[in-house]
Amino acid sequence: MTMPFGYVSPEQAMRDKADYARRGIARGRSCVTLQYAGGILMVAPNASSALHKISEIYDRIAFAAVGRYTEYETLRKAGVTYADLTGYRYDRSDVTARSIANYYAQNLDQIFTQSLKPYEVELVVAEVGPRPDSDQIYRITFDGSVSDEPGFVAFGGQADQVATVLKDRFSDGMSLTEALGAALAALAAPPAGSSGSSASAANATNGNAELTADQLEVAILDRARAHRTFRRLHGARLEELLAESRGTSAAEPDSGPSGSSASDGDPGTGSGAGSGSGGEPPTGPSGTGGDGTPRGK
Amino acid sequence: MGTYSDSGRRPAEAFMEVRIPSFTDFLASYAPALLPGSQAAGQRVLGPQPGGGDMIKDLPHATTIVAASCERGVVLAGDRRATQGSMIAKRDVEKVFRSDEFSAMGFAGTGSLGLEFARLFQVELEHYEKMEGRQLSLEGKANQLAAMVRGNIGGAMQGLVWIPLFAGYDEETGTGRIFSYDPVGGPYEEHRFYGIGSGSIFARGALKKLYRDDMPVRDTVLACVQALYDAADDDSATGGPDVTRGIFPVIATITDDGFRRLPDAESAEYAQQVVSERMQSPDGPLAPLRNTN
Repeated sequence: MTMPFGYVSPEQAMRDKADYARRGIARGRSCVTLQYAGGILMVAPNASSALHKISEIYDRIAFAAVGRYTEYETLRKAGVTYADLTGYRYDRSDVTARSIANYYAQNLDQIFTQSLKPYEVELVVAEVGPRPDSDQIYRITFDGSVSDEPGFVAFGGQADQVATVLKDRFSDGMSLTEALGAALAALAAPPAGSSGSSASAANATNGNAELTADQLEVAILDRARAHRTFRRLHGARLEELLAESRGTSAAEPDSGPSGSSASDGDPGTGSGAGSGSGGEPPTGPSGTGGDGTPRGK
Repeated sequence: MGTYSDSGRRPAEAFMEVRIPSFTDFLASYAPALLPGSQAAGQRVLGPQPGGGDMIKDLPHATTIVAASCERGVVLAGDRRATQGSMIAKRDVEKVFRSDEFSAMGFAGTGSLGLEFARLFQVELEHYEKMEGRQLSLEGKANQLAAMVRGNIGGAMQGLVWIPLFAGYDEETGTGRIFSYDPVGGPYEEHRFYGIGSGSIFARGALKKLYRDDMPVRDTVLACVQALYDAADDDSATGGPDVTRGIFPVIATITDDGFRRLPDAESAEYAQQVVSERMQSPDGPLAPLRNTN
């Protein structure tokens, strides 16, 4: 049997699309979402203070995305519309992260199968519940797969490396500063096997350099707040938190050395400890960082 | 891409379309049946039919709302009565609502319609804020509310009238501002104080004598409670403080700290104070007859 010229098998077409989307997503930087005692914390490296990666969807639901801005912005707005319509038609309490995650999954699935170019995005939808055990975190990938991620999730960029560190650092019932410390340590994880996948690794500058307040986008879903629980942390408040969390993260290797033994945790935490002892150099831009570190120790 | 719900030939891409970030506009194109008042306007069920007028008259109607600007903000307060013709439909109704962090609205007229529009307005403001990442300006909010009032023109022609009173803190100027409407739209900016609803004639008369510029929030709240008492005193559709059941006006303050609905205990305190003063002088505080300066 002869194939027509230019024939591509469906399997090959799907594989190509998936590779294309994966490469696009891996080019960016990772983003993390994790639970802490008072709610859910989302952290993304983002130099822009106007083009957000993390946003509010509804009263208790937030959205974080990596990949192409226009594509996830379209999805974000669709999600807000879906949530507002559901809440207006029924009741505010009838809007759930699960239904929004499913909505995104169906959309992404359709786009992946039906259009020539898949979306190069990966999303997280998180909902804060009245108690920690009712919190929900969903991860939705470019092809519409949904997964339920209890506790924490790292996605985009070098997600596997970031997730490894985050797994070591994460524990139930962390304070906000501890959670932020864990998130920063995870985002500072070095790129995969440093030699392999050179192009993407070079672009994903998750490695070594300490992120300052104006390079970070940080938001929380605050369990204690009534009505709208989403809140961005920026400016002086974020700098204060960063200083505190760097203090605790610097102190941590002493107390729990076993945790970081696994593989690539050491360089990341090592740099954290270095900044703790050295004080000024890495945290140079903010004087508060210098104060914060000794106080933590 | 999201097919949302029931039937119809709605475009599947509606959710992901590029559009103006107005929730009301979205509803009008996507699910017009969900817009408050649209059925009445479209199907003409109530107006021309024999007995339709009675039916409208017998729907619960909300009554008096007052607003007064104060130091760094504005106070909005409403009585608790809803009437059904000459009957009292409900004695603990709420007709002052938070619109967003820095604004609130009260309404007079057909109760159910006002409630639905109040809810739509809340979603409208929040939707814009989430879509655009910023809040509408206070004028923008007031204009949006005008468009919503105008949207009910069909209902208004048939007697299903509702009128909002909108008050908010303007972050640009650092002052509280008040906007009123007529059944066809608006907004009209009001200065110092205003009132709407059946008892508003009396309430405005009272506020005229009690209001001072830049009063502290507490004094302004007290003036509003006095005004509502006077409205209830002379208008049968306005409810006074219900001491036996413990039902007191709903009072909201919108200042640079944002929206705050006074807890029941606090509004009870203001009402009790007014009631006990009126035990001594039933007509309330006396304004000086001549200007002292």
